[in-house]
Amino acid sequence: MHRRISEYIIESLIRLSGFLVIAFVFLIFLFLLRDSLSLFKEYKIGEFLFGRNWLPISEPPKFGIVPLFLGSIYVTAGAIVICVPVGIAAAMFIAEVAPTFLKNILKSLIEILAAIPSVVLGFIGIVWLSPYLKQTMGLSTGMCGLTGSLLLAFMALPTIISISEDALVGVPRAYKEAAFGLGATRWQALWRIVLPAASPGIIAGVMLGIGRVIGETMVVMMVTGNSPVVPTSILQPLRTLTATIAGEMGETVSGSEHYFALFAVGLVLFIITFIINFIADSCLRRARK
Amino acid sequence: MVKETVIKTVNLNCRYGALQVLKDLNLEIHRNEIFGIIGPANSGKTTFLRALNRLNFLNASYSQDGEIFFADKNLKNICDNILRKRIGIIFALPQVLPVSIYNNIAYGPKVHGIAKKDAIEQIVEESLKKASLWDEVKDRLDSPAMKLSGGQQQRLCIARTLAVEPDVILYDEHCSGLDPISTAKIEDAMQQLKETYTQILVTNNTKQAARVSERCAFFLMGELIELDETAALFTEPKDKRTDDYITGRFG
Repeated sequence: MHRRISEYIIESLIRLSGFLVIAFVFLIFLFLLRDSLSLFKEYKIGEFLFGRNWLPISEPPKFGIVPLFLGSIYVTAGAIVICVPVGIAAAMFIAEVAPTFLKNILKSLIEILAAIPSVVLGFIGIVWLSPYLKQTMGLSTGMCGLTGSLLLAFMALPTIISISEDALVGVPRAYKEAAFGLGATRWQALWRIVLPAASPGIIAGVMLGIGRVIGETMVVMMVTGNSPVVPTSILQPLRTLTATIAGEMGETVSGSEHYFALFAVGLVLFIITFIINFIADSCLRRARK
Repeated sequence: MVKETVIKTVNLNCRYGALQVLKDLNLEIHRNEIFGIIGPANSGKTTFLRALNRLNFLNASYSQDGEIFFADKNLKNICDNILRKRIGIIFALPQVLPVSIYNNIAYGPKVHGIAKKDAIEQIVEESLKKASLWDEVKDRLDSPAMKLSGGQQQRLCIARTLAVEPDVILYDEHCSGLDPISTAKIEDAMQQLKETYTQILVTNNTKQAARVSERCAFFLMGELIELDETAALFTEPKDKRTDDYITGRFG
C-alpha cells in the first residue's frame, strides 16, 4: 500500500513536469502573439513585413523588418557556408581517419569550444578579428556581416561536428565491410556509402547548428556594426533580428508601439527557429528508423 | 590432369592480439573448384577466409605471419582494393547497402572506374542473371534492396560481387540465416558459377559442404586436421576428430 502511494506521487510529479514544459512553450508563444498583435492594431502588418525601413524613433516611426530579416539571413548564410563544410569534414576526420588518441583529444577540445561564452567570442571579434579583416580586406569598417558570420560559424561548429560524428560512427560496420569487400578504397567507401547512410543525422546536426546561429544575439550585437539598413553585401555593417531586440528593448516605453514592434520581431524569430528545429527533428527521427 | 593452384598458404599464422586463431596453415586451392571448409565455432574458418582478401586487417589488433599466394603473387605485393576486386566475399548476413537494387550492383563497377551508363546497365543485368535473381527483380530494379527477402538479398550480394568480375568468391556461412528453399537456390547458383570462378565455402552446415564442395577441409582450434576429396572426407575420414565432427558427436 505504501509503495503504491509513492509510485503514484512520483508518477504525478513526472507527469506534471512534462505538462509544465508544454505549458511554458505554449504560454511564451501566446504572450508573444498577444503583444505582437497589439502592434498590428495601429500599424499595418504589410508594412511591418515588407517595409524596407526600420526607424523606430523617427516621426512617424517606421517598423519595416526587411533590413533586420535580411541582416539575419546574410549573417546566417555566411556562417553556414563556412561552418557546414568545415564541420562535416572535421566529423569525417574524427569518425573515420584519426587515430584513437587524436580522436579523444579532438573530441574534448570540441567540447571546450562549445563551452566558450559567446560574449568572449564577441570580445575576440572586436579586439582582433574585425581590425584584422578591415586591414586585410581593405574595408571601411571591420564591424560587418562577415565578422559576425565567422564568429557564428565558430559557435555552430561544435554542434555540427559532434552530431555528425555520432551519425557517422552509427553507420553499421557491415556497410563499410561490404564496400571494402568489393574493392572500394577508404575514401570511396566513406564518400559513397558511409556519408549517404549518415546523411539524415548530419542534416539534423547542421539544422541544429543553424538554429544556434540564427538565435545568437551577443556576438552579432558586438561585431556586426548594428546598422539597420537593407544590406547589399556581407562586407557591410548590418543588424540582425536578435540584436535589434536586445539593443532597443531597454530604451522603449512599455506598452508603446515600438515596444510591441520588438515583440513582433521576437515572434518572427520564434517562428523561424521553430521551423528549423522542426526540420532538424524530423531528420533525426528519419535517421533513427 | 594437373590442377592449377589459385591460392596457396605457407605457414600461415593469424592472431588477434595474443590469441592465436590459425596455426601453421598450409593448403592449396585449385582453379574452378568449390572448396569447402567445415569445423566448429572458433576454429578459424572465417579468419582464414578474411585473411585471403585481407579484410582481417580492418581490425587493429590483427596480425599475421607466413605467406599467402594468389595466382603465384604474394598477397603483400598486391594493392588491397585490387586484391578485393579479384577475391570477392559474401558475408554471413546479407550486407545489402541502403540503396536501390540497381545501385547496389552498380556500386562496384563505379568504384573501379566504369562510368558509362549502358555498360553498367549491362553489368547489372548479367550479374543478376548469373546469381539467378534477374527474373525476380527485373521489374523493380529501382526499389530499395532492403525490401528483398533474406535469400534474395544474399543472391543480390552474390550478384554484386560478380559485378566486379572476381576470380575467386569467398562464402562466409552465407546460408546460415536462410530457409532450405533459399539455400537450394543459392547452391544452384553456385553450381552454375563453377565454370568461371573458384569458390571457397565456409560453413557450419556439414551437409551443405557435402552437397556442394568438391574438396573439403576440416579445421579445429585453428589447425587444419584433414583435407581430402569431399566424398572421401565424409565417407572414410582418416582422423578420428573429423569422424566425430561429421557424425555429430561434437561441435
